[in-house]
Amino acid sequence: MMTRITRLGRHGCDLVEALGRAGMFLGQSLVGRPSAEGFKLWLRQMHFIGVLSLAIVLVSGLFIGMVLALQGFTILVDFGAEDALGQMVALSLLRELAPVVAALLFAGRAGSALTAEIGLMKATEQLSSMEMIGVDPLKRVVAPRLWAGFVSLPLLTVGFSVIGIWGGHLVGVEWLGVYNGSYWGNMQSSVDFVDDIGNGMLKSLVFALVVTWIAVFQGYDLVPTSEGISRATTRTVVYSSLAVLGLDFVLTALMFGELG
Amino acid sequence: MNDSPLVVVEGLRFSRGDRDIFRGVDLTIPRGKITAIMGPSGSGKTTLLKLIGGQLTPDAGRVTIDGHDVHALSRKKLFALRRRMGMLFQSGALFSDLSVFENVAFPLRVHTDLPDAMIRDVVLMKLEAVGLRGARELMPAELSGGMARRVALARALALDPELILYDEPFVGQDPISMGVLVQLIRRVNDALGLTAVVVSHDIKETLSIADYVYVIADGKVMAHGTPESLNVDRDPRVSQFMHGEPDGPVPFHYSADDFYVDMLNAGKAGERR
Repeated sequence: MMTRITRLGRHGCDLVEALGRAGMFLGQSLVGRPSAEGFKLWLRQMHFIGVLSLAIVLVSGLFIGMVLALQGFTILVDFGAEDALGQMVALSLLRELAPVVAALLFAGRAGSALTAEIGLMKATEQLSSMEMIGVDPLKRVVAPRLWAGFVSLPLLTVGFSVIGIWGGHLVGVEWLGVYNGSYWGNMQSSVDFVDDIGNGMLKSLVFALVVTWIAVFQGYDLVPTSEGISRATTRTVVYSSLAVLGLDFVLTALMFGELG
Repeated sequence: MNDSPLVVVEGLRFSRGDRDIFRGVDLTIPRGKITAIMGPSGSGKTTLLKLIGGQLTPDAGRVTIDGHDVHALSRKKLFALRRRMGMLFQSGALFSDLSVFENVAFPLRVHTDLPDAMIRDVVLMKLEAVGLRGARELMPAELSGGMARRVALARALALDPELILYDEPFVGQDPISMGVLVQLIRRVNDALGLTAVVVSHDIKETLSIADYVYVIADGKVMAHGTPESLNVDRDPRVSQFMHGEPDGPVPFHYSADDFYVDMLNAGKAGERR
């Protein structure tokens, strides 16, 4: 019994210590003067993290928009309310699906790659040798990746929403015959820029911070062995997904709880 | 030239988990000389270099470089101090996303404002010195272990550091490049007056270039002196190491229970996983 309590206590201490390390890590990486060199490194990472995630995010967005329209239509048509399809597709995507699904895909596509890349740099002593050359890997390796993650996920989310709404149009209007004017008209009158688009983007920004932070920290903090890298990569995807879903509920409650 | 030693290690203690690596190590590394640190595998030679470079923090004791206490410096000052050092890692630790040329150019690009043409000249000079000027376009994955180490040496020398730490420079070299490397380490030292620390267990090569030798075993400095004096040292532990005798006071085996008992207990206990 005592040993169990001790173990619980040790787990608690380890957890707090890891959170502290992760916080210090984030602070040390992000504080610093921007430079032309840093901008170039950031741009390179924008390509790896953002541009290369574009395909999977856009394809998923298209299919999710199409499925939403299909499912929504079969329900709405029973009430003769299929004119509200545009509104339904747009609101579901902007408020919920685009930020959450894009973040989950981002964690799987870019997060795991970040963890593995930084972890392998650590295992092969590249980070150590960089330190000995007098270059701080937090500034040179970690910071550009963090900023690239922060910027690219919200942009990917915009792409996800846009193509999802177009996918809904494809199925709803072109295929199932909802009137084109009511698809767009209802959407225009019901979507509020601040409440819907703004809050959705805010969610996406929070997810971007959390997912990128987890991914990069897991890579930097891992045990530098093959097993360590595989575990850390798994942890990145699991922790990020759980964090995104959990935070989504909290944020939704705060943002839309009183909208009614 | 300043006569005070460049690096002073005092009462250094360090442990990993339950295992004590260092139990009070004192060393002084004089300026402009090659100091060798030797000892059996697992005696913590690489750890010692990482402690000197400030990558690990000791449990007790101090490391000072040119009067600066390495572990009391702020992160920023530590990085500034490291610009005056070069370190050759055992694995080479080249940046795998940069070519050989860019690897050697890296310290020059980040720490100097030299124009590209001058960087090119310096890089080619350094690569020529390690015999790999022709390999400049290759990526690190295309190099053999020995070649990677020579590129890493060129990179460590790129900024002409005051202090250079060599971690096992001779491992994995063929006899020809071994000879060249030994000469090179000696030559850069004499020509540039830099201070070198060589960690190695290749006795013959190391003794041929070292000015002073420390032998580390069991977490302590077991002996120190000039190569000549160590060669004739009567201490049985020193002479066992210096002459590579298999058995003697320094055990070949990592500390373990009695072999006979261990074999009989197979499958009962002791296997921790």
